Amino acid sequence: MLQIENLHATVGGKEILKGLSLTVNAGEVHAIMGPNGAGKSTLSYVLGGRPGYEVTGGSATLDGPDGQIDLLDLEPHERAAAGLFLGFQYPVEIPGVSFVQFLREAANAQRKNRGEEPLSGGEFLKLAKEKAALLKLDMDMLKRPVNVGFSGGEKKRAEMVQMGILNPAFAVLDETDSGLDIDALRVVGDGINAIMRAPDRAVLLITHYQRLLDYVKPDYVHVLADGRIVKTGGPELALMLEDEGYEAVTA
Amino acid sequence: MSDAALLPTTRDEDWRYADGEWLAAADPAYVGHWRTLDIAPGESKSDYDVHASGGDATAGTVDRLRVHVGKGGRYALFITNAAGPYARHEIEVTLEEGAHFEFGGVTLGGGDYRQEFVTRVNHAPRSTSNQVVRCVQWGRSVGNFLGRIEIPRDSQQVDAAQNFRAILLEAGASANAKPELEIFADDVKAAHGAAIGALDERAAFYMASRGIAPHVARKLLLRAFVADAFEAIADDAMREHMLEQTLERLDEGLL
Ligand SMILES: Nc1ncnc2c1ncn2[C@@H]1O[C@H](COP(=O)(O)OP(=O)(O)OP(=O)(O)O)[C@@H](O)[C@H]1O
Ligand SMILES: [Mg+2]
Repeated sequence: MLQIENLHATVGGKEILKGLSLTVNAGEVHAIMGPNGAGKSTLSYVLGGRPGYEVTGGSATLDGPDGQIDLLDLEPHERAAAGLFLGFQYPVEIPGVSFVQFLREAANAQRKNRGEEPLSGGEFLKLAKEKAALLKLDMDMLKRPVNVGFSGGEKKRAEMVQMGILNPAFAVLDETDSGLDIDALRVVGDGINAIMRAPDRAVLLITHYQRLLDYVKPDYVHVLADGRIVKTGGPELALMLEDEGYEAVTA
Repeated sequence: MSDAALLPTTRDEDWRYADGEWLAAADPAYVGHWRTLDIAPGESKSDYDVHASGGDATAGTVDRLRVHVGKGGRYALFITNAAGPYARHEIEVTLEEGAHFEFGGVTLGGGDYRQEFVTRVNHAPRSTSNQVVRCVQWGRSVGNFLGRIEIPRDSQQVDAAQNFRAILLEAGASANAKPELEIFADDVKAAHGAAIGALDERAAFYMASRGIAPHVARKLLLRAFVADAFEAIADDAMREHMLEQTLERLDEGLL
């Protein structure tokens, strides 16, 4: 479903991704772990098309309804419409724009791009309530400005509510588990499974902790170090990393 | 002072960011003219204006208003200044005891428009004022806010606030803020804040990552930005109307 081949990218003139290759098939969950500064968030931003993240080589394609889509050719908002979702390590606060307004705009923009009818105000609110309930986020929070004044954990939960509403085919979740309390971790894990566990979807989970992987069981675990995937294994690799650390495992 | 047939120049403090060329060619009687407004004690009045260049885009505007607000009275003024090539709204307010002045101003323009608000507020005891100015500039345009607050020695318990922020959408645009606090009383609250920056890139990318197109994201962000200036409009329909009218100018200019 997602094919990344020999991807090179620079940030601020510095090469961060140095020939990264990765294939994720439909129906799979892959976890990426790796030391701080390895390039994990950079990978997610490059896939999302964040300005300032310059691709200097390689390719990234996503399977769409009419064949393969060259992700790197699309504008960021077109990538979202093509089915890509980014869960941010640090969700952005937007004062003055309410979550409801923001998400309705987003959902309808994506629908329009796919040639679907926009959701009415009522239909959208029903959907938003349903997904907020799934993630146990108080619906009143969505009446507030986007992420403003949310706690770290609330922001992460709100990311997953957004994912539920936008209904993507492929999600890159960057440390969605960081900042979650023990109960919230389970709620978010269950939410990811409910939204994304399907034969025609796939997830790339970036995480530092094996705990989330108890709830969202990965098919593959990769180690990203110094801008490349340096090791790939099954779920047991995450346990081994937690026990022995990156240096020992990747040596 | 400036009522005389003498034209101000950019050497005058209050005109330092003005369009010097435009001024030099202006009619002294026009530039020197003041409108006046009297708010009786205890009365309150609100004015709303969206000012865009009419048919003759080369004309320019200097609009000067002198307001006297009687004891316990209230005057609220909300202006969008989207006109050019030089458009100045100047407001001089004298507040009697316990009176209030509320000001919300937005400048919005591109090309080489030069748009400004100049306010002077003189405070009697226990009078209050609140001013919020937002500038959105692109092209090589300039947005200015010169705000003077005068609190004489015997004017205790005054509360005066000014807040200025500008967003420059393109590299050639600029903005200037010149707050002036002349405070001689000691029991007063006077606050001013000023910030000039670009549109929040992180917010724009966050929106794009959710599928929102750049021009829609920009409009949502600018709507939120401009809305601060109209927050004090009590009537929901009027607030919405001012916002919509203002954002329409943005559409014409940018999209
Ligand atoms: N604007 C920039 N200029 C230069 N280097 C940058 C810039 N932005 C990020 N970097 C560097 O890129 C590297 C990769 O950062 P990235 O955020 O992708 O790491 P990460 O693997 O997500 O780490 P973490 O686990 O801490 O989240 C870091 O060394 C970081 O300092
Ligand atoms: Mg990171």
